[in-house]
Amino acid sequence: MIQLTDVTKSYDETRVLGPVTDAIPRGGITALVGPNGAGKSTLLTIIGRLLEPTSGSVSVGGMDVQHTRSAELATMLSILRQENHVTARLRVRELVAFGRYPHSKGRLTENCRAAVADAMDFLNLGEYADRFLDQLSGGQRQRAYVAMVLAQDTDYILLDEPLNNLDMKHSVLMMQQLRRAADELGKTIVVVLHDLNFAAAYADRIIALRDGEIRHSGTVEEIMRDDVLTDAFDTPVRVHDIDGQLTAVYALAAAPGAAAGARGREGANGIGLREPALP
Amino acid sequence: MSVHEPVSAPRAATAGPVPGAGGPGRRRELSPRARIVLLSLAVLVATACFLLLFVRGSFDFAFPRRATMLGAMVVAAFAQGVGTVVFHTVTQNRILTPSIMGFDSMYVLMQTLLVATFGGSVLARTDGTAKLLVQTALMVALATVLYRWLFSGRFGSLYLLLLVGVVIGMAFDSLSTFVQRLLDPTDYDMLSVRLFGRLSTVDATHLPLAFAVCAAVAVVLWRRRHTLDALLLGRQMATSIGVDHKRELTLMLVLIALLVAFSTALVGPMTFYGFLVATLAYQVAGSYRHEHVMPVAFLLGLLTLVGGQFVMQHIFYAGGFLTVVIEFVGGLLFLYLLLRKGKL
Repeated sequence: MIQLTDVTKSYDETRVLGPVTDAIPRGGITALVGPNGAGKSTLLTIIGRLLEPTSGSVSVGGMDVQHTRSAELATMLSILRQENHVTARLRVRELVAFGRYPHSKGRLTENCRAAVADAMDFLNLGEYADRFLDQLSGGQRQRAYVAMVLAQDTDYILLDEPLNNLDMKHSVLMMQQLRRAADELGKTIVVVLHDLNFAAAYADRIIALRDGEIRHSGTVEEIMRDDVLTDAFDTPVRVHDIDGQLTAVYALAAAPGAAAGARGREGANGIGLREPALP
Repeated sequence: MSVHEPVSAPRAATAGPVPGAGGPGRRRELSPRARIVLLSLAVLVATACFLLLFVRGSFDFAFPRRATMLGAMVVAAFAQGVGTVVFHTVTQNRILTPSIMGFDSMYVLMQTLLVATFGGSVLARTDGTAKLLVQTALMVALATVLYRWLFSGRFGSLYLLLLVGVVIGMAFDSLSTFVQRLLDPTDYDMLSVRLFGRLSTVDATHLPLAFAVCAAVAVVLWRRRHTLDALLLGRQMATSIGVDHKRELTLMLVLIALLVAFSTALVGPMTFYGFLVATLAYQVAGSYRHEHVMPVAFLLGLLTLVGGQFVMQHIFYAGGFLTVVIEFVGGLLFLYLLLRKGKL
């Protein structure tokens, strides 16, 4: 379980996060959603001990992330940020092998090699194994980084916008693979997502942040509601049930009950947003 | 560009060309170990030539002098070559070097301030290992504090950092020059002997200590070679796989400051030599791993110095100009890479 207790983060006088108190249960996928600047990535990086909170504490699986040795945490918790830059020219296999560092300290065992191969298979990277990272497309590279995180074989996996750079097809594949990791490997995955509908389709729980605070936290059904999302995103949003799949679109006309006018484009954000007809 | 990006392995063969592929066919390449062995042989041959050939007059006179020079070259090659590789790794770029960032200017300034404060005779009066150690410790402490602050991530852009480094180096240099003007001629004379080390006029008394320091640093670096590999991933990914980034960065900066201090004391400042050697080493090593890159950088550095000195001394009769030539070539390479790649 990930336990957040009064976590805040401030830069100078500006508070960008918190106070946040919540618990993310073990197992399954939890999606962090919210508008830009809501503090999703900040919260994720604090949980992943890449950023120190101004106050409050975070524990993951019973370990306080600020005070546990980084090497020990690395066998329990892994985090992947959006922007990753490696100085050296690495092959995919070599990058993924770095995921084994917490276990092997650089001396790969047979177990490690197997884990690396499994992780690459899991993300269908087998044929790219000997390619250099700079020879891959953005989406392939993204999968290589996720494979590295999987090779680390931690119970908790934190991913910051893993769908960045991915087109619709590869976004779906990525989410399916994360779903498999949660279901088949029993991982606890926390993921920052921009697309509400991917969160609705693949996550078990959704935490909606706004202005640095958790506005709503609950199961997909509890969060995918007109009033909840409208409040979380500060934008009129309507949720439709399309073939059993809850789908959020922004409402062109905010007039309640204007069912016939509920048109919209796919996705929670995009072009064509019209001001709501409110005073 | 193919639209089919093969995702499922079985269909990959029919999916057509993959965008951005350099072709999967791999050339037969020498293993990194074989490369190190070949380089070692080249260094051995160059060393033998340098020590034994073209001795005019007494062998007993020439040999110890050449051996001293060789010792200084070993220290310089290790300090500059390996130091630069490690510096590149912990600072996440391949442009900045300790010298470009003003490490050796700082050393010069510290020596100058010491003489200005206590007088030139202090050098002679307090000469010995203890003083050298205290000076070095001071230099290491200052450099570590300053550069850890610089590399703590507050300068978002590499170019800003490069600029800050160059300006800091210039500021140190100007300050040194200014203080040196204020010294009386005797003090200045004593100081300049310390500062302008040249390969051909090495003070042999510091060599044993320099060797000891290099050996100690080499042991530490070798034991941490896998950690250094992990540091290539950058602060966030390295932390994620369990590297204590802050601690490693500090430790490595301490070691680099140590190496630079000894290298500068022995052979004087060399701005682009480390850069030249490290850049070549990445190409030659054929592996990203520090267990290969570091030895290759050291061997290449030694080969450059020993081979270069041999050629310059006996073919061009211009033994004193080796560092000038190396700086020239290194500077050109630096400009070339900076302009061509835009970033590294």
